[in-house]
Amino acid sequence: MSTTNTAAIPAAAAFTPQQQAARLVMHRRRKRINVVALTLALSAMAFGVFWLVWILVETVRLGLGGLSLAVFTEMTPPPQAETGGLANAIFGSLMMAGLATLLGTPIGVMAGVYLAEYGQKSWLGHATRFINDILLSAPSIVIGLFIYSTVVARFKSFSAIAGVLALALIVIPVVIRTTENMLSLIPNALREAAYALGTPKWKVIASVTLKSARAGVITGILLAVARISGETAPLLFTALSNQFWTSDLREPMASLPVTIFKFAMSPYENWQQLAWAGVFLITLGVLALNIAARVFFRNKH
Amino acid sequence: MAATLPASMSTPTPIAKPRPQPPERRRVAPWADSLFALLAHASAWLTLLLLVGIIASLLVGAAPAIKEFGLGFLWSTAWDPVQEKFGGLVMIYGTLMTSFIALLIAVPVSFGIALFLTEMSPGWLKRPLGTAIELLAAVPSIVYGMWGLLVFSPILSTWVQQPLQKLLKGVPVLETFVSGAPVGIGILSAGIILAIMIIPFIASVMRDVFEVTPAMLKESAYGLGATTWEVVFKVVLPYTKAGVVGGIMLGLGRALGETMAVTFVIGNFNQLNSLSLFEAANSITSALANEFAEAGEGLHQASLIYLGLVLFFITFVVLALSKLLLARLKKNEGARA
Repeated sequence: MSTTNTAAIPAAAAFTPQQQAARLVMHRRRKRINVVALTLALSAMAFGVFWLVWILVETVRLGLGGLSLAVFTEMTPPPQAETGGLANAIFGSLMMAGLATLLGTPIGVMAGVYLAEYGQKSWLGHATRFINDILLSAPSIVIGLFIYSTVVARFKSFSAIAGVLALALIVIPVVIRTTENMLSLIPNALREAAYALGTPKWKVIASVTLKSARAGVITGILLAVARISGETAPLLFTALSNQFWTSDLREPMASLPVTIFKFAMSPYENWQQLAWAGVFLITLGVLALNIAARVFFRNKH
Repeated sequence: MAATLPASMSTPTPIAKPRPQPPERRRVAPWADSLFALLAHASAWLTLLLLVGIIASLLVGAAPAIKEFGLGFLWSTAWDPVQEKFGGLVMIYGTLMTSFIALLIAVPVSFGIALFLTEMSPGWLKRPLGTAIELLAAVPSIVYGMWGLLVFSPILSTWVQQPLQKLLKGVPVLETFVSGAPVGIGILSAGIILAIMIIPFIASVMRDVFEVTPAMLKESAYGLGATTWEVVFKVVLPYTKAGVVGGIMLGLGRALGETMAVTFVIGNFNQLNSLSLFEAANSITSALANEFAEAGEGLHQASLIYLGLVLFFITFVVLALSKLLLARLKKNEGARA
């Protein structure tokens, strides 16, 4: 992309020597600014990648140190205990993230279908799209507050149900967004062909458009799962935490992120080590989900 | 929707001699269509109601505090659960200041990254680097927080804070900005961690909007002899102004609402006596994360919800602006193409 204007030099005969010198000074200055700016851009790129590498390296180094079989088989220990693991927290995280996905996905997909197939031009469509984009990046702790005041305060107890609801509210906007985007990529000819055969609308959507957009929608769901498995803030005062194994949804339930928060902020050596192991597991899981979503999407398209 | 009804096409034409009625086609599940449409509509309404519900529940929850303190809450620094005197200035200052520092770092860096990815990077590097930046956005915030607390802040303290304190000892105004215990926790480290978190968001929006600049515009500038920097700064940037600002606002929205990364490194200490960048402070989100579960019902809880309401209001405005700006770019793009 070298754009040095060497061809213009012969025309320089029209300039006086002073003008020519001034032109060259100007030219050199522009080149210099360009080099400086591009060097800065290069270092910005390096800066960005540097953090990613540093965080990943530290997480792997410290996380692998704390990882052992006990992490998966034993309950969260009291401070300064000899053994202990994260089994209840891992189970709680899987359970709540799983249920939240099951709850949030159908709603998200249906709302996405509405936006792409029913209400492209209606006021409800515009409003929903706008609100959804706001919800997509609304502070997750505020979602926690909302569930606290509608569910926890009403039933007077922290519970896994509240945690599931809070996470589901985070799943919905992510799924809506990807479903709508993917459905609007489907060519209209496909819909018209199906309508011409006399297919009712719901069948066109369910077995033609949604089916061809399947890969994209699944990618969106995977990204939503990745997002909620690392979320801490909405669980802090909904599911709270629990030292023991529980599969009762009406009780407070431990989750990996909240346990990490509690353990990392503590001064106890064994807790901090478990927190690193937990952070390693979460990072691994989230990055794996993200990469899986990408690979899956690329293979299908 | 009438076109989809097979029944409407089976009316016999009067010209031909009477033929036997074509066999009546039974519609498979005639209620399915309306049910499906109903479900889709209901889901869209649910999303709308969600927002209304969030605002309403926050308003109801904060009502006692609003009644008690009014708008004075926003500029009072008192936070005393024992005497039930609450004011949100410390947290609001913490939230705004950390986000400001984060933007100060993240905007130039993201611009550089977007410039690199769109104009400089060789083709084979574009994809992996873009993916790496996007993966940085996917890392859960608790990882940043823990890394910030246990790895980054000791380093910040040894290599930045302590040398600065030594250097600025005795300098009248600047000294106060770097005072504080040498543990590397406070507004500055929270700002830096936030910057690392929002760089990927801003950079990927900037890259996307830079890529919508018509190649013809850029080629014309290159053809006139412009350097790469001049093309980006004088052609691409003015063309994508609205989108770039929208991306920055999006990052700001993230930074304002981020909880875990801030809670770990800000120190959670309610003070505004010193404006030092290294003094422990508090933000809205970290106050909520630390105090809410333990706060007794009544004024303390209501004040925390009031803080949440303030936070939601600020982020709502910022995100709405970002959305409008990005939409404007899209519209212009359509008009010029």
